[in-house]
Amino acid sequence: MEEKLIKDYSSPGRRGYSLPPLEVEKSDINENLAGYLREELELPEVSEVDVVRHYTALSEMNYGVDSGIYPLGSCTMKYNPKRNERVARISGLSNIHPYQPIEQLQGSLEILYQLKLDLAEISAMDEITLQPASGAHGEFTSLLIVKKYFEDREENRTKVIVPDSAHGTNPASAAMAGFDVVEIASNERGMVDLDALAEALDENTAALMLTNPNTLGIFEEDILKITEMVHKVGGLVYYDGANMNAIMGYAKPGLMDFDLMHFNLHKTFSTPHGGGGPGSGPVGVKDFLAPYLPKPVLKKDQEKYFWDYQRPKSIGKVHSFYGNYGVMLRAWAYIKTVGGKGLKETTENAVLNANYLKARLKKDFELPYAEESLHEFVLSGSRQKEEGASTLNIAKRLLDYDQYAPTIYFPLVVKEAMMIEPTETENIGTLDHFVETMLTISREIKEDPELVINAPHTTTVRKLDETAAARNPDLHW
Amino acid sequence: MSVKEDLYYSEDHEWVREEEDYLVIGVTDFAQEELGDIVFVELPEVDEEFDKDDSFGVLESVKAVSDTFIPVSGRVIKVNEDLLDNPELINDDPYGEGWLIKVDPADDSELDELLSAEEYAEFIEEE
Amino acid sequence: MDYISNTAAEKNKMLKEIGIKEIKDLFQMIPEAVSADDELNIESGISEMELMRKAQAQAAKNKSLDQQISFLGAGAYDHYVPGIIDALISRSEFYTAYTPYQAELSQGTLEAIYEYQSMICDLTGMGIANASMLDGGSAAAEAVTMAARITRNSRVILPDTINPAYREVIKTYGAGVDLDFVDLETEDQFIDPTQLKENLDDQTAVVVLQYPNFYGSIEKMEEISKMVKNNKKTLLLVIANPVLLGVLKAPADFGADIVVGEAQNLGSGLNYGGPYLGFMACKDDRRMLRQLPGRIVGKTTDVDGKEGFVLTLQTREQHIRREKATSNICTNEALNALMATIYLSTMGKAGLKEVGEQSYHKAHYLADKLDQLAGYQVLNKENFFNEFVLKTEKDSTELIKELLADDIIAGYDLKEAGSEGILVCVTEKRSKAEMDKLVEKLEVL
Repeated sequence: MEEKLIKDYSSPGRRGYSLPPLEVEKSDINENLAGYLREELELPEVSEVDVVRHYTALSEMNYGVDSGIYPLGSCTMKYNPKRNERVARISGLSNIHPYQPIEQLQGSLEILYQLKLDLAEISAMDEITLQPASGAHGEFTSLLIVKKYFEDREENRTKVIVPDSAHGTNPASAAMAGFDVVEIASNERGMVDLDALAEALDENTAALMLTNPNTLGIFEEDILKITEMVHKVGGLVYYDGANMNAIMGYAKPGLMDFDLMHFNLHKTFSTPHGGGGPGSGPVGVKDFLAPYLPKPVLKKDQEKYFWDYQRPKSIGKVHSFYGNYGVMLRAWAYIKTVGGKGLKETTENAVLNANYLKARLKKDFELPYAEESLHEFVLSGSRQKEEGASTLNIAKRLLDYDQYAPTIYFPLVVKEAMMIEPTETENIGTLDHFVETMLTISREIKEDPELVINAPHTTTVRKLDETAAARNPDLHW
Repeated sequence: MSVKEDLYYSEDHEWVREEEDYLVIGVTDFAQEELGDIVFVELPEVDEEFDKDDSFGVLESVKAVSDTFIPVSGRVIKVNEDLLDNPELINDDPYGEGWLIKVDPADDSELDELLSAEEYAEFIEEE
Repeated sequence: MDYISNTAAEKNKMLKEIGIKEIKDLFQMIPEAVSADDELNIESGISEMELMRKAQAQAAKNKSLDQQISFLGAGAYDHYVPGIIDALISRSEFYTAYTPYQAELSQGTLEAIYEYQSMICDLTGMGIANASMLDGGSAAAEAVTMAARITRNSRVILPDTINPAYREVIKTYGAGVDLDFVDLETEDQFIDPTQLKENLDDQTAVVVLQYPNFYGSIEKMEEISKMVKNNKKTLLLVIANPVLLGVLKAPADFGADIVVGEAQNLGSGLNYGGPYLGFMACKDDRRMLRQLPGRIVGKTTDVDGKEGFVLTLQTREQHIRREKATSNICTNEALNALMATIYLSTMGKAGLKEVGEQSYHKAHYLADKLDQLAGYQVLNKENFFNEFVLKTEKDSTELIKELLADDIIAGYDLKEAGSEGILVCVTEKRSKAEMDKLVEKLEVL
């Protein structure tokens, strides 16, 4: 099924909108704005029906977590509750301008404050900012905090250490904050190599960025040793909260001696991915770093909530307003719905589901690390590669079976990597179906490899020419 | 996987051809195979100077980026402008039309430190 | 409700397959010292009914714009959002989808982003647009750092006619890469081009201009542009209001090298400041393109020759380039970009123009009336579009406060921006009756 572009529905003079008539007299726009008026505006001229048909057709060429399993490692594609959508659309909570007086907004501010408290409780952090609008944004904000902290102490530290298994946003955020990035190798168990870390640490180290469990789903058992080593040289330790779904109620970054961290509300806290956003990446810090948080910070004085702008040591602002409020509403609704005990059960089932998949798949697919893993695990398609089909081929063949592929070729430490994270909202039915499909594909590689190598066959489009797309970019109509 | 006879090679998969007054440098067939379809090439400016093993450019394929490391020290006297619009020349003809830069060498003796065609062929066998 | 569907029996089956006794065993690698001892100090979960009741109770503690007339602008605009947008983006294949890395299953998202990029190019006149940034302020900040990278200079000219929140964000990002900011202080909420000229030198990476500016005025775009162009290496960054680009000339026509802005007003609603939608566009130039942050969708063909869309030029991005990436941006504002695309399709050529024109005429109606009142003066009468500065004899903070009792928010208190007066914004949503009411009330205060 193919769907033309919206502009191909255009017919001169066709209208899709309605506005009430102008009730006031016109001013002379030509006189006042001579030289600034547009002559030609190229936008589609379509009817409302055209718009609905077109975007409905587009949606039918898409696959969301409502369509089926989405086992993307590192993304936590859990079910997006519909009741959260209802909450976010309550007019009294959403039809609010960011510059309205706070006396008019105590209901919303209370929601945000409760969210802050809950995030602090889950992580054992002291103070939270809700301002960053994505995980990477939270990472960047955190590194600016680290930078300001050391500037304040008149210490010139230029290095940030990142394990080779880290998500790309980690080193990218560090670079944006002006740091040099030092990558350290993981050991053969997939964890931070303590010797490599010791070698990399010196009085020039500003921070170590870690996620725990790491991108292999493996918990860093030496985490307290690691944080101690960094603190010993006067550096700070940053926690990438992408994998929080693995530890809620079982471990807290604050107890692991992390100094600061970010959360991904669109991962752990069920807010929808939207095809690439909006997300929300709140940052949590220990008290000593609170002065550097972006302003304003939400505070409570007696029973009144307000935005505190009196923060002379703040790094400034990373978002024009207060962050992705609409996403926060949904996260608040989620935490209220699931509750404290429920969050722990969420983690338990996320880890149970992942380990179940691992147990069922590890006979047919190579498991590069024998370590126990939590909510996600990494397989290698190297055996299948030798038989003639790569991880990419396997991923594309999954699409033919109406299932989404796991994350592929990440983390970089594994060849032909497939990172799988089912989340807790899948059940044994969907998990078994996924396993059966993977085993089928594994068989197909032996019996009819062309089928897999030339996949996908049944999707809207088949293998796309990415080389042409990069060599001769066609980026707009 | 071809390895041309009359060239020098580096372990970074670059080749060097000796002309009368200058050296021509490119990447090997092995390198272009590894990289896949090249979509963009970043080349240095003419007159830029490099020390042996410095990064002098970048090759981008769809999913990866690779630095190119200069096998000998010298000054760039020409860059292959054709590559800006036709990066696929590197994939199609890595030893010919896919050349990257021409260099005025700083130290001729550095050529002796490079691999011969045989040595390079052995080297890539092991990779 | 915990959204977990495994039954006890099913869990046992799974435990058996894994080879362990109970779920707790899965966590035994976590050292005692970092284990959370107590249960999370968070209330037990509640039913949907209770949740809705709670949420409504919170809403009741607010006074939203349902209950009052607002003349607030200052970077977030109250334009009418057609119902069709929510209906379409509520289709779960759109909003529960992930980033379109597996292109074959994401043609819907990808084609929509391609359309979004195209429409942003149409509005701005620029050659290339990305798939979205986090908001207008951070888009401006990333455009500034992009300009610094391209020109290899670190000096940035930042006039005070730019949204103060944006200036703050730009400087915060700039601190990361040691940029050097020149704060251009203007008079009369308007840049004096000769003052700008004095500050340009060959170390200047970029001049930032807002169009219309924070106070609603349209700067001397032509003159400023010429000046910047004369300074060979310096780039011109324009922060534009996309709704008004339906009426106003494209920034490309003034020689903009990069155009960014806030596209919240293209169908995202107010939502207390987020999620919003940054847009970014630049010249169709190879070198610029490679420095552009953000995702980009391109059109291509598949093995059968069928047209399709993919994420392209990914080697600029963090997942491939890591610390050498043009930006760390990963999750952006894709759903809001879809809302903008649907908005622009729905309003179309004629509709967007009408929204801008109605806003213009209504704002001028109100401004004329207010200007005639004793004790009030519209400062930027000559060159504002739909936002203007109202100078008041009485203290602006007091005035705004008093009008709240009449269910009117008169505007943005410019004291917050270190200036004076009230920044009044009028969109097509303000009726004649509402505007007359404001005039009536101000007259007696």
